[in-house]
Amino acid sequence: MRIEGYSKARVLLMLLFAIFSTAAGAQTLTLVSWGGSYARSVERAWVEPFMEETGITVRVEDYNGGLAQIRAQVETGNVFWDVVDMSTPDAVRGCDEGMLEFIRLEDLPPAPDGTPASEDFPPGSRSECAGGGIVSSTIVAFNNELFPGEKPSTLEDYFDLEKFPGRRGMRRVPVVNLEFALMADGVPLERVYQTLDTDQGVARAFAKLDTIKDQIVFWEAGAQPPQMLADQEVVMTTAYNGRIFNAQILENQPFTIIWDGQVQETSGLVIVLGTPRLEIAEQFLEFISSSESLAAISKYISYSPTRNSANALVSTHLDTGIEMAPHMPAAEQNMRRALNSDWLWWADNRDEMNERFAVWLAR
Amino acid sequence: MASSLTNRRLRAALLAAPLFVFVSVTFIAPLATMMLRSVYEPVVAESLPETLAALADWDGRELPNEATFRVAGMEFIALNERRALGSVATRVNRLESGMRSTMLGVARELANDPPAGAWREAMIAADEDWAEVSSWLAVRRAGERITPRHYLNALDLDRGAAGEIVAQPEDRRIYVTLLLRTFAISAAITGICLLLAYPVAWLLAHARPSRAGLLLLLVLVPFWTSLLVRTTSWIVLLQNQGVINDLLVVLGILADEQRLSLIYNMTGTIIAMVHVLLPFMILPLYSVMRTIPPRHMQAAASLGGSFWQSFRRVYWPQSLPGVAAGSLLVFIMSIGFYITPALVGGRTGQLISSMIAYHMEQSLNWGLAAALGAILLLLVVLLYLIYSRLVGVDRMSLS
Repeated sequence: MRIEGYSKARVLLMLLFAIFSTAAGAQTLTLVSWGGSYARSVERAWVEPFMEETGITVRVEDYNGGLAQIRAQVETGNVFWDVVDMSTPDAVRGCDEGMLEFIRLEDLPPAPDGTPASEDFPPGSRSECAGGGIVSSTIVAFNNELFPGEKPSTLEDYFDLEKFPGRRGMRRVPVVNLEFALMADGVPLERVYQTLDTDQGVARAFAKLDTIKDQIVFWEAGAQPPQMLADQEVVMTTAYNGRIFNAQILENQPFTIIWDGQVQETSGLVIVLGTPRLEIAEQFLEFISSSESLAAISKYISYSPTRNSANALVSTHLDTGIEMAPHMPAAEQNMRRALNSDWLWWADNRDEMNERFAVWLAR
Repeated sequence: MASSLTNRRLRAALLAAPLFVFVSVTFIAPLATMMLRSVYEPVVAESLPETLAALADWDGRELPNEATFRVAGMEFIALNERRALGSVATRVNRLESGMRSTMLGVARELANDPPAGAWREAMIAADEDWAEVSSWLAVRRAGERITPRHYLNALDLDRGAAGEIVAQPEDRRIYVTLLLRTFAISAAITGICLLLAYPVAWLLAHARPSRAGLLLLLVLVPFWTSLLVRTTSWIVLLQNQGVINDLLVVLGILADEQRLSLIYNMTGTIIAMVHVLLPFMILPLYSVMRTIPPRHMQAAASLGGSFWQSFRRVYWPQSLPGVAAGSLLVFIMSIGFYITPALVGGRTGQLISSMIAYHMEQSLNWGLAAALGAILLLLVVLLYLIYSRLVGVDRMSLS
């Protein structure tokens, strides 16, 4: 009995030792991203080439955005997420609150023609704590089969229940939707955030949303809107352009994107402050922030790179060979009416707008 | 004798010790910290001691004096260098939207170019919001170490300029509405569960053993199935293009454009939650009904009572402990339910839990989340006390 107990204790000890030694093994980097077809693109464009080049193992995990888990990790000093894919407003806030490492542009590789990174990232497009990243766009998409006659073509059509009756999908957040409402209500692009800065402007946006409120089906995860369109649960929906692209190209769904009134948002990769694997995390960020790496993501999904020089490197979709340029948010013909999401405005007003949005929802 | 008794007691205590430690670490300690967070917010007070000291004697009607401006500006700059201003600014921003960039902006600008002369002019030049009395009031209020503001907030109240309690503007009143709705929906779910579960439990308790076993299995299999699977199955069944609507259209009961909205609203929440919580009503009812001898009903009948009479006066009172236990269990569980309403609740079927989750995960306003949770807890405890007064805890049977 005693011998057996002793050996059990030893096995337990060894097991514990094994667990701790792998946990302390410095060569596994944890990257946390958004899941779904986008995360698979991240794996193929960034993670696999990086692992091949450096021999460092990268483990990819999913999350749904937000800073709660990172705050908990930083506050308890137990950081196990090293690199996190994050929307710019979250990155700005995490950076301000001292949860993230600074990323200096001087440390990032120059463009192929030698332009330093500091001149290659468009000014004001990233948080001081973020590198790499993508430009994604929220657009309105519809199912062709439901519009045998005239098809919707403008943002105004999304709000026009008389011309195009039927239910609409909408993400259950105020971000982007308030902007859509004002643009469709006739506010010119450059005055959207000025208008939102006043109480009357916010009321005007909600009044516009009121006009379609009964017909809205809300979604939360980016994978939902293509599904809702395919099921004909809605006739039109707001969605991330990359998800609709994937449904069009890989699943042959009869969807059309209305680029008119698109709202572009950037995201970037950040390093959590206090990670014990800072060095390889920085190595990873440097690797993925090159123009080539940033352009590589567009071989798998239709999101634009964040660096100017990378736009020229966008080529074809790897699995189907189609030309990617016309499907990009930044393509010229898609940019006729395109709004850049003002993340500074949202960082200041998000809490209040979310509260008002919740009130509007409950009413 | 005595020593063996102490020994036995000691052993019993030791046996219970792991559970005790587990419960205190995983339940009592987090609960206590969250409760503390709902009233205690030391971050701003600890970060801006001199500014708050200077503001303490300020009358709150006109702009503070030059000395206050200077102390505040210098503290903002110093904090920003330590990367600590962001979390202070976020907290002030909750009291006055826009203060985040007002504070961070002034710190950045003045750090590069510290004013040689007057700080007051320099700060107002950097951000004109510093010329507003309300900005300074927000800083002062955010500096309260022990504060009732999360509870006020959770009850849709706020403080006015002079510190008096006022109602929030109408387009920001949300929590009371949601709390009331949570209670109404939970009560409806409890009622529906009771109506559905009572006959089932009756059948289970009084069927032949072989059939009762099968019926019990039918109750337990969904109980063992993942909550997420059951909830998403309801989406398949209830959605606009789902099985039930399709069936109704095919059978000609509904026209194609008349499809019912059964999900992504309050109806969806109620249907899915009733299904999820039904076993928690059936099982306590069943365990109580099994102990009611069938002979009681026969005796009542032999004395001339109709079925309804004997049920009401003989059976129902004996089954009450089960009714009480099941109802309490279902009601308390539905008050805090999160996943199911989040998935099928749409716009009108959201409960207060959605706001708690939002403040925990998105806005990181843990103080407000804690206050909402504490209010919920308090209401549940109150309810339990009333219930136990009416029914008696010792008569309640939790299966």
